[in-house]
Amino acid sequence: MNKKQKLLLWRIIAASVFFVPLYLISEGFVKTDLPSWGLVILFLIPYLLVGYDIVRKALLGIKNGQLFDENFLMTVATAGAIALGEYGEGVAVMLLYQIGELFQSCAVGKSRRSITELMDIRPDYANIEEDGVLTRVDPDEVETGSIIVVQPGEKVPLDGVVVEGTSSLNTSALTGESLPRPVEEGSDVLSGSINMSGILKIRTTAEFEESTASKIMDLVENAASRKSLSENFISKFARYYTPAVCCAALALAVLPPLFIMQTGTGAGHYGSTGSIWSDWILRACTLLVISCPCAVVISIPLSFFSGLGGASSHGILIKGSNYLETLSKVKIVAFDKTGTITKGNFAVTAVHRSPIDEKKLLEYAAHVEGFSSHPIAGSIREAYGKHIDRSRVSGLEEISGHGVTAKVDGVSVAIGNDKLMDRLSVSFEPCDEHVGTVLHVAVDGAYCGHIVVSDEIKETSAAAMEALKKAGVEKTVMLTGDAEPVAKKVAAEVGISEYRARLLPADKVSCVEDLLKECTGGRRLAFVGDGINDAPVLSRADVGIAMGALGSDAAIEAADVVLMDDDPMKIAKAIRISRKCLGIVKQNIVFALGVKLLCLLLAALGLANMWAAIIADVGVMILAVLNAIRCLFVKDL
Amino acid sequence: MKKSYKIEVDCANCANNMEEAAKKTPGVKDCSVSFMTLKMKVEFEDGADADAVMKQVRANCKKVEDDCEIFL
Repeated sequence: MNKKQKLLLWRIIAASVFFVPLYLISEGFVKTDLPSWGLVILFLIPYLLVGYDIVRKALLGIKNGQLFDENFLMTVATAGAIALGEYGEGVAVMLLYQIGELFQSCAVGKSRRSITELMDIRPDYANIEEDGVLTRVDPDEVETGSIIVVQPGEKVPLDGVVVEGTSSLNTSALTGESLPRPVEEGSDVLSGSINMSGILKIRTTAEFEESTASKIMDLVENAASRKSLSENFISKFARYYTPAVCCAALALAVLPPLFIMQTGTGAGHYGSTGSIWSDWILRACTLLVISCPCAVVISIPLSFFSGLGGASSHGILIKGSNYLETLSKVKIVAFDKTGTITKGNFAVTAVHRSPIDEKKLLEYAAHVEGFSSHPIAGSIREAYGKHIDRSRVSGLEEISGHGVTAKVDGVSVAIGNDKLMDRLSVSFEPCDEHVGTVLHVAVDGAYCGHIVVSDEIKETSAAAMEALKKAGVEKTVMLTGDAEPVAKKVAAEVGISEYRARLLPADKVSCVEDLLKECTGGRRLAFVGDGINDAPVLSRADVGIAMGALGSDAAIEAADVVLMDDDPMKIAKAIRISRKCLGIVKQNIVFALGVKLLCLLLAALGLANMWAAIIADVGVMILAVLNAIRCLFVKDL
Repeated sequence: MKKSYKIEVDCANCANNMEEAAKKTPGVKDCSVSFMTLKMKVEFEDGADADAVMKQVRANCKKVEDDCEIFL
C-alpha cells in the first residue's frame, strides 16, 4: 500500500469506529437523550472524516464545470440522504464507497506491479572490468563494443557476443522456453536472458536503447495504449451513462411527486406532501449512487492488460489490446512455409544431371550465392565447405523470385528456379527424383544440372495445426515460393487444408487479399511468417504474427504479434489466450452493466435502498476486478 | 511527433477523462492514456511546441481530475 492508500485505510477505520455506535443510536438500538440535531452533527464527524476529499473534489468540480464526475454524484447522493434524515445511510454510502475505492486501488496497484514484474526483463546494471576490478554501471552508459562481465545469476544487460567463458543461459523471460541455452565463445547473447552457470565476458553489439530487452519492454509498455474496441466502447459508454443516470435521477425526484400531487394517484401511501417528496428524492439519490461507472470502466483495461501480461510471460508479445481482440476472431490462418512450418535448415540433398564435376558446380553455385542471406544460399555454401573468395565474383544481379546471376572467374553463372531458366531461355530438365527446392544452374548459357535443397518440417507443426483446428480455426493455408510438389508434400504431412505454391513475394500479398475477401461476418485472418521478406504480408493481414522473431528488428517492427521462439504451437496458444481474455471482458461487461441496470430499475421502483445500491456497486466492482485478473493465468491454456 | 509521459491518476474513468481533455487541447493531434501502465502517449500537431502544449494539457487534465499528475 502506498501512502495515499494507507491514509485512506486509517480514515476508513476511524470513521467506522465513530459510525457504528452512532448508527446503533440512530436506529434506536441504543437509547440516549441526544437531540436529533446533535446526532446530525455527530454523524458529520465520520462523514467528513472519510469523505472530505470527495466533497472537496465535488466543489472543485462545480468550479471547473465538471458536474457529472463521480465525486459530485456521491456528494449529492449522500448529502441528500443526510438532509432527508437518513443519516446512517448517507454516511454508510460514503464509507462503503471509499472501501470500494481502496480495494480497487490496491487490487489494480497489485496487479499492475505483478504484471510489470512479470514483463520486467530490464537489466538494472552492467559490470565493466577495469584493471581487474569490476564496477557496476548503468547499462545506458555502456558503449557499443565495450567488454562487459556477466556473473552467474545476473541478467545479460546488453546484446553482444561472448568473447570468453562458457555458460548456459535462461532465456525464459524472452521466449517462455524453460530449457537453458548453452553458450560459448562466439555465441550471440541477447539482453534479458539470465546467466545460469559460468562467468561470461561479452563484447556488446548494441547500445542499451537498441538492445533486445529495451525493445521488448518498449513494445509491451506501448501495447496498452493501442486500445481495443471493447475499451473504446466502455469509455464511450461511461461518457453517456453518468449524465443519463443523473438526468433520470433528476426526473425521478421531480416528476413522480408532481404527478402524484396533481392526480392524487397513490397519494394515500404517503402521510403528507413532504413525505412524497422525500421518498422520491431519496430514490433519486439512490440512483446517483449507482451512476458511478468505475466498476465497469476499470475491469476492461485490467482484463486486457492481464491478458497481454500473461501472454508475454509465455513468449507471446502482443502489440496492443486491439490485436488481442482481433486474434480472438481469427478463423483463417495463412502460413509462410520456410522458417514457419519448416525449420529453415536447408541442406543440399542431391546434385543431378551435371555434365561438369559436381564439386565444380557447387563451387560456382556457392560463389554466386556467397552474398545472399537466404537460407538456401547458406546451405549451398555449407555443402561447398571451402572458403569463398568474393573477389572472384563480379556483376552480381539478384532477380527477386527467380534467382541470381553473376560472373565467377569471368564465366557467367546463373542459378535459380524454372522461371529463371525460362527467362534466360535455357532448356532445363525437371527433377523427378527428389522433393525439395530445385536450383538449376546454367554456366555460360548452357544447362549444367540442378542442385536439390530440402528442408525439415518442425516437430510441432502437425500438432500445431491440430491445435488450431481445436481452437476454432476453420481454414489453414500455406503460402510458399516453393515448387508445387514440395508444397504439396509439406501441406499433406502437417495437415494444412490448402496451399498456394510458386508465389513471388508480391503474390503472397494478393493471395492474402483474396483470403481476406473470404473473411465475412467478423471472421479475421492471421498471417504467420518468420519476418524475413514477408513484412508487407504481415502488415496486410488482420493480424500479422512473426515467429522466432527474437533479434529480428524488421519482424518486430512489421508484426502485430511476435512469437519469441519459433514453436508453431504458440499460435494456437495465442489464440486461446485471446479467447479467454475476450470471454472475460464480455462477462465483465454483461455482468457489471446487468447488475447496474437492475439496480437502477429496483431503485427507481423504490425496491432497493441506498444500502443495496452501494453494496451492489462495490460488490460488482470487486468481482469484476477479480475476474479480470484471471486473464493473467494462461499457463495451462 | 509522439511523446510518452508518465502520469498519476487514481481511477480508470478519470484516466479516460484525462484522455478526452488532452485530445481537446490545441496542438494535440491524438492522445492515448493507459490507466494500466500509467502512461500518456501524445501525438502533437506538426510544428507544435511540445512543452508548451503539455503545460496546457496538464492544466486541462487538472480541471477534469484535480488529483491527476503528468510528469513533464
